[in-house]
Amino acid sequence: MRIGVVTFPGSLDDRDAARAVRVAGGEAVSLWHGDADLHGVDAVVLPGGFSYGDYLRCGAIARFAPVMEPLVDAARGGLPVLGICNGFQVLCESHLLPGALIRNDHRKFVCRDQPLRVENTATAWTSGYAAGQQIVIPLKNGEGGYVADDRTLDELEAEGRVVVRYAGDNPNGSYRDIAGVTNARGNVVGLMPHPEHAVESLTGPTTDGLGFFTSVLEGLVRS
Amino acid sequence: MIDTVELAAKTPDQSQPWDELGLKADEYQRIRDILGRRPTNAELAMYSVMWSEHCSYKSSKVHLRQFGDKAPQSDALLVGMGQNAGVVDIGHGYAVTFKIESHNHPSYVEPYQGAATGVGGIVRDILAMGARPVAVMDSLRFGPLDADDTHRVLPGVVAGVGGYGNCLGLPNIGGEVVFDPSYAANPLVNALCVGVMKHDDIHLANATGVGNKVVLFGARTGGDGIGGASILASESFDDTKPSKRPAVQVGDPFMEKVLIECCLELFGAQVVEAIQDLGAAGISCATSELASNGDGGMYVQLEKVLLRDPSLTPGEIMMSESQERMMGIVTPENLDAFLAITARWDVETAVIGEVTGTGRLIIDWHGETIVDVDPRTVAHDGPVYERPFARPPWQDELQAAGPEGLARPSSGDELRGTLLRLLASPNLASKAWITDQYDRYVLGNTVLAQPEDAGVLRIDESTGLGVAIATDGNGRYAKLDPYTGAQLALAEAYRNVATTGARPLAVTDGLNFGSPEDPAVMWQFAEAIRGLADGCQALGTPVTGGNVSLYNQTGDTAILPTAIVGVLGVLDDVARRTPQGFRESGQVVYLLGETRDEFGGSEWAWAEHGHLGGRPPSVDLAAERELAEILVNASRDGLIDAAHDLSDGGLAIALVESVLRYGVGARVWVPDGLDPFVFLFSESQARAIVVVPRSEEVRFTDMCSARRFPHQRIGMVDDGGVLDVQGQFVVPVDELRAAHESTLSSTFEA
Amino acid sequence: MARVVVDVMLKPEILDPQGKAVQGAFGRLGFEGVASVRQGKRFEIELDGEATPEAVAEIERAAATLLANPVIEDFTVHVEAGV
Repeated sequence: MRIGVVTFPGSLDDRDAARAVRVAGGEAVSLWHGDADLHGVDAVVLPGGFSYGDYLRCGAIARFAPVMEPLVDAARGGLPVLGICNGFQVLCESHLLPGALIRNDHRKFVCRDQPLRVENTATAWTSGYAAGQQIVIPLKNGEGGYVADDRTLDELEAEGRVVVRYAGDNPNGSYRDIAGVTNARGNVVGLMPHPEHAVESLTGPTTDGLGFFTSVLEGLVRS
Repeated sequence: MIDTVELAAKTPDQSQPWDELGLKADEYQRIRDILGRRPTNAELAMYSVMWSEHCSYKSSKVHLRQFGDKAPQSDALLVGMGQNAGVVDIGHGYAVTFKIESHNHPSYVEPYQGAATGVGGIVRDILAMGARPVAVMDSLRFGPLDADDTHRVLPGVVAGVGGYGNCLGLPNIGGEVVFDPSYAANPLVNALCVGVMKHDDIHLANATGVGNKVVLFGARTGGDGIGGASILASESFDDTKPSKRPAVQVGDPFMEKVLIECCLELFGAQVVEAIQDLGAAGISCATSELASNGDGGMYVQLEKVLLRDPSLTPGEIMMSESQERMMGIVTPENLDAFLAITARWDVETAVIGEVTGTGRLIIDWHGETIVDVDPRTVAHDGPVYERPFARPPWQDELQAAGPEGLARPSSGDELRGTLLRLLASPNLASKAWITDQYDRYVLGNTVLAQPEDAGVLRIDESTGLGVAIATDGNGRYAKLDPYTGAQLALAEAYRNVATTGARPLAVTDGLNFGSPEDPAVMWQFAEAIRGLADGCQALGTPVTGGNVSLYNQTGDTAILPTAIVGVLGVLDDVARRTPQGFRESGQVVYLLGETRDEFGGSEWAWAEHGHLGGRPPSVDLAAERELAEILVNASRDGLIDAAHDLSDGGLAIALVESVLRYGVGARVWVPDGLDPFVFLFSESQARAIVVVPRSEEVRFTDMCSARRFPHQRIGMVDDGGVLDVQGQFVVPVDELRAAHESTLSSTFEA
Repeated sequence: MARVVVDVMLKPEILDPQGKAVQGAFGRLGFEGVASVRQGKRFEIELDGEATPEAVAEIERAAATLLANPVIEDFTVHVEAGV
């Protein structure tokens, strides 16, 4: 199975996302922001980083990259897409996911090993987890506060579209402790914490993040 | 009216602002003698920045030679001092380059941008060698934690180091933070970067090949930090000369990230002969260094430089310290391919000149020659000062006022109270509030990061080859005895690296001192270098490069002499690395090395009594070498599960740090014949604690015995949730954690 | 030549950590009588020609798609006089 990893100018965790794909048993295909072609991949990861320096708003300029055109269409058609950190911000800016990410409430960048609760195991990227499972993966960002209006939040809750929630202390002021959400169909998932940095015991706090990548690979094999 | 070479020859008597540019009268005269005429304004700008202390090392050169003269035989050194950074062979065809650089004064003036551009500068140095930068570290020194100015400077510096490094995608894997009154108004921001390449990818910054193009690429040139290199680093801040305050450079980490990927693609495609980064002294430095390190000649049309601010004069363009710029040497055949790659990364590029065989650096401005010099006279033949140095009269008095008379805790309760206070003291308290603002995960190769003894990186996924790096530098020790103090800094960094299981290979140094015009400071500097050079010789670890920062003082008061030493080590298999934390209940804690009654310069004397006097702990480099071999062998053979070096605050602090890492407990007993206070808090060197699984105890102790290295069984790891120093005191782990972790956050979150 | 200014502010219901920090600093520095602070962004856009209604409409479109994120931000567009 071939999973594309997009590199925007300023993408930082693209190599790590590709490594996670390989560790999970997939083939990582690198996609360039300026190339409006998904090269037939079976799923796409939008990695972390500071695309275009995040100078305007996180993800705001990356959203208009040529690669995003076929990606948005494919995502609407059911292609599994995972946005991690900056990738989550790009997905929100692209309106593939609701809400937005703003500056952490304590106004500092924070890097820590973050406990999360997996609340939706029906998505393409979380089917390998048990409902309610606690995992610990790295969180590292300056603008990770998830916000949306109450109606949207209520809708997300009612439809079970909160994928992962912060367990313990809320690290950034995210509304309702939301760490990641999905679209109605469950193929597009975005989250601020970094599952790709918890796939090897040597370099990660745990290997709890591997499940995101094995979930999508298993799902692709089944279909 | 542009000051041309022609005009300068005709107007010998025109007065010039050499004084304002930081040159001395005799230096100005020397420039006139070299040129046989007065310099043009552009030439004057060029010489003044390149002959500044910061660029020319004019006060330190005569001492720094010892690093070469005394360099130990080492097969590992591929590129030594004198290039952008030294390069070390780590095996399997891989080479590592690493270096420390200071950005002290700029970080005082504008903490965020000063620290950010400090990181940016050292990363470009590493990149220029042809290496992919893979990690950064930062050594920080601030005034007292409770000082108002520390509250201005520290959050900005930390946000700057983090803001730039995080956005570049380089993990920050270690460093240190120390508070001392001498650093008030003189904070130290030393940044280290490490890069990796294959042997064949090493590039030297030389302009060779007559006819090759000189290309400037990256950010546009603006008025950033004009005069910064000379004025900023050459003279201390003095309220009587506010005009010397520099323009602040502003960093753009996104531009630098793009520049990194662009340069690596240029190197990979083999379309560039050499790349030099533009740092202090900007184009002046890059052109004169590239030319004098190569075929000796270069012709530049300065009006081709892309400007952000079109009002800049030619002299200002040459002095500008705008960040995120690189200069490349490209053959004419490769130029199109070069430009295609920079275009792909949206990096603006201008061909500004070419390499010549004339032996002259000639710079034109719209057809008129404004610079015509021998580049060696600019880059290498600057003034060299044998500054007078003398052991200060107060040194004897300082050494005589030892810590012997200080009241020591004796009862268990007093020892317990001492431990909790030390744990919460600014220098020993957890630095997580700072380091949690740095990304330590990006690039996915971080095996160990702060608060571990050293940062450990995986270099090669297929073989498990890795490196460890640690920085250390205890200014209090060096104040008491600069020769020994520098060796202690080296010994601690060396020990930290070995503690993780890595074999120490090479050294970089950041030498931060007061004014070289003060003979006492110059003596500290000379002694520290002598100590470090002798120490590196004894440990077999050559100095590969580094940085000197002088004039770190306010009025007559210099900072503590602060030699920050970075040691690089190699691990053949990073999976064998030894972490710091205790984890498994039932494992045995051993203390390695000899504990003596040594409290001169100690954290205990300082934090509990505000005392600094006596002699620093004695240094025994042979013992350090032996200890390192034990730690490396034990790691390789799987004899130990954890290790932590003993340094500031002694055994007690190390125990707590190891216990807190995974929240276990430990039971410890005081060996016969040792005073509990000395056992817990002495800062004797060449010591570490290790945790040995019971199944390996015999093999481990046999190894220590065979090497006749002191080792004592002092405790057990347990899951009792307390630190129990038997017969003395018990502290719950939660109480230890609260004491250790609240100091910085309660200070800066208030 | 004309200058069009776009001001972007977080919507009132969205938390503004930076504005809150400035408000806190006001109190510590003794600036009194401040009820609340919100921090925003200002874009100064120099046009090639005059600020015709069509040109301003174009900027409004750019503001809605790029300069502001309507999920969390409001914006205003005005032509600056005398440039």
